Amino acid sequence: MSNNDSPIKSTGLHIGEAAPGCKKTDPMLVIDHVKKSFGGLTAVDVEHLEIPKNAITALIGPNGAGKTTLFNLLTGFDTPDTGAWEFLGTSLSGVPSYKVAQMGQVRTFQLTKALSLLTVLDNMKLGSKNQVGESIFRALFPGSWRKQDAEIELKAIELLKRFNLDAKQADFAASLSGGQRKLLEMARALMTDPVLVMLDEPMAGVNPALTQSLLGHVLNLKKEGMTVLFVEHDMHMVRHIADWVVVMAEGKVVAEGPPETVMNEQAVIDAYLGAHQDTDLGVVTGRISIIDQEKDK
Amino acid sequence: MTRVVDVKNLTAGYLPGVNILNEANLYADKGELIGIIGPNGAGKSTLLKSIFGLVKVREGSITLNGEDIVGQKPNQLVSKGVGYIPQNNNVFPSLTIEENLQMGVFQEPKNYEKRLEFVVSIFDELGKRLKQRAGSLSGGERQMVAMGRALMMEPSVLLLDEPSAGLSPVRQDEAFLRVSEINKAGVTCIMVEQNARRCLQIADRGYVLDQGTDAVTGTGRELLNDPQVVGLYLGTLGT
Amino acid sequence: MDWGTIINNTLAGLLTPTTIAFALAALGLAMHFGFAGLLNFGIAGFMAIGAYGYAISVLTFGFPWWGGMIVGIIGSILFAILLGIPTLRLRGDYLAIVTIAAAEIVRLLFLTTAFTDVTGSADGLFGYNNAGGFTNANPFPPGSYGWGPWTYNSETLWVLTFGLGVLAVCVWFLWALMRSPWGRVIKGIREDEEAIRALGKNVFAYKLQALIIGGIFGGMGGIIFAAFANVSPGVYVTSITFFIWTSLLLGGAATIWGPVIGAVIFWTLQAFLSNILPELALAGILPVSGTQAATLRFVLVGIGLMLLVIYRPQGIFGDKRELTFVK
Repeated sequence: MSNNDSPIKSTGLHIGEAAPGCKKTDPMLVIDHVKKSFGGLTAVDVEHLEIPKNAITALIGPNGAGKTTLFNLLTGFDTPDTGAWEFLGTSLSGVPSYKVAQMGQVRTFQLTKALSLLTVLDNMKLGSKNQVGESIFRALFPGSWRKQDAEIELKAIELLKRFNLDAKQADFAASLSGGQRKLLEMARALMTDPVLVMLDEPMAGVNPALTQSLLGHVLNLKKEGMTVLFVEHDMHMVRHIADWVVVMAEGKVVAEGPPETVMNEQAVIDAYLGAHQDTDLGVVTGRISIIDQEKDK
Repeated sequence: MTRVVDVKNLTAGYLPGVNILNEANLYADKGELIGIIGPNGAGKSTLLKSIFGLVKVREGSITLNGEDIVGQKPNQLVSKGVGYIPQNNNVFPSLTIEENLQMGVFQEPKNYEKRLEFVVSIFDELGKRLKQRAGSLSGGERQMVAMGRALMMEPSVLLLDEPSAGLSPVRQDEAFLRVSEINKAGVTCIMVEQNARRCLQIADRGYVLDQGTDAVTGTGRELLNDPQVVGLYLGTLGT
Repeated sequence: MDWGTIINNTLAGLLTPTTIAFALAALGLAMHFGFAGLLNFGIAGFMAIGAYGYAISVLTFGFPWWGGMIVGIIGSILFAILLGIPTLRLRGDYLAIVTIAAAEIVRLLFLTTAFTDVTGSADGLFGYNNAGGFTNANPFPPGSYGWGPWTYNSETLWVLTFGLGVLAVCVWFLWALMRSPWGRVIKGIREDEEAIRALGKNVFAYKLQALIIGGIFGGMGGIIFAAFANVSPGVYVTSITFFIWTSLLLGGAATIWGPVIGAVIFWTLQAFLSNILPELALAGILPVSGTQAATLRFVLVGIGLMLLVIYRPQGIFGDKRELTFVK
């Protein structure tokens, strides 16, 4: 897989103008009047937001804009003060996080939660849903769960091979490097057979070379029919793989649209992207003169 | 040119028997801005922590202006002019910005007023909000406080561990520009970074750390344009 | 120095009903803390409920001995649920504080004279083994069994055999559970609850189940102890909780055999110390009186526990990687 092939972007995701709160042709998540405050501070105040199905949506915005809070609200890890949101037509209001996960959503965390003191394979097997052996009564009778466990193991090893982790299946997850743990978390999330994958800053702390391979895996999710929503600060990643971009600031959605349009909006540049997006900071700081830069070219 | 920091054949680690750094070398001349990049787990943070006395050095030497500093405690190094800005937990959230800066000059409280002037001149945002609790600040603002605090002791060497981590693009650029400004004011800077491209754009010289040792070194520009470095460490997405 | 008696008594400590009772309680704590990561400092409470449940059902309600034991077990389950529902959502250290308080409340309820008709308050209860028919159920004819330090009369042998049987069942139970997918989820919860929730598991339910299972083992420990000795509130003080913790950590908190071996070593050591220390005092080697010397062993237990936690938290059988208190 060549790293620099531009992925085919999905189009026709929205109805009408690409503005904050616009409707989508095939929404997977619909959020209505959701508000969350901490103390006196309004962290999230979203009028309306729809996340398109089978597309990769990026959620960007400055720190403190409410991205992670919104994430936590959507995945059931936090409860909003008011508002309603639906996942595939079912209301998620009041649904605890583990039930949301059972419905087909899966999320990763900014700080990887690879279960360090379990083996890589056990980490993977935990991801599988509806395991007979996880019920305390049936756990005592291996006859009832052995077969399913063996099937789960096969599926886990297949996935591990895809992420190049199969050689490490018997090792404790603690022995994996930071990048490998990111891969493990993604692979484990896939064991749940999700329809919506929510990634919270998946590239945080990952060095640029590994980022490219991780991106390939994220693109595969879309190819396999899943929907992806991710929070990120890495604009190269966003431009490369996102079909749709939602920009948040101070708790509200301030812009929506395909990456090229959104990331050229002046307001977004001022508040978030910075004026030096595509310039060399060496030039901006005066450390290298324009002549040197010409020489490099 | 006096070598401010000189690290030779450094071997160090956290768990017994496991070395993170394996004979790493690095030096910084006065006034230089050194960038350290490389894959996860390569030992970049460990290298900074070893210089600052937070990690036990097993083999090798570290000198500061010619003086051997292996085994010295961080507070001793602070009084010798070394400043350190960790990646996480780098401000006291229950203290105000002012109190955080006061903590920075803890060893020489009499210099507070003078140094506050200097720090506020670089970070005028902080000057306007001295009474605000550091815990209520955003990530980028905390970065500023952390840097300000380190500058209160008038360090000759500043060690920065991923100053741009977790920041939005505009704040990242601001962080890099600030480090460049601080360096131009005369402070030798050694920074570890995950945003390799930006780091090398402002660095005088860079080290690529891989598997605990310095794999490639050169000027910032040389590394930015080296195809091997690009392929292995920088990635081509930004081009 | 009467070495003969010292060695004899020490070896006897290897296999006594008290040892088995402790092994059961330590097994329960292994489920709670070793595998599920729940900081339960109230294991004495579970033992008390098991013991009193058995004794009271027999003496006050006329239950047969096995009915009384079942009541003891049900009591432990209810106690676990009562304890768990409000506290399992608390952070670990808060759970620890609440469990200490809960165990003390249980003990004080049994101590208070308000219920003295039923509980016997400070005097405790006795005679239930006869009343409930446990003594009569003894299959061994009267006489002396065993040899050397391990000589028992038929009553003690019955309790011992019964206790060993219960222990074997409980050990199997714990082993079977922990090697199953259920056990995998429990270990995951110990590592990181949020990650497990994000994978669709009902963390609260699993923690409650672990609390109940461990509670049942603890209750059984109390029942065995009651069947051997008597039931008195003075037994179920907080010190007993710490003895059980020591036994658990000694053997290895996150292992199946660790708690059992740990309890055996603990009681053998206790037997040794309670014999040798007074002898040393009498012989003038220790500058304390005979009675003071006997209590000195508790000081040594405390020191031993501290050293264990600091230098070898994984115990004898444990894997250091699995269990460190410094995260």
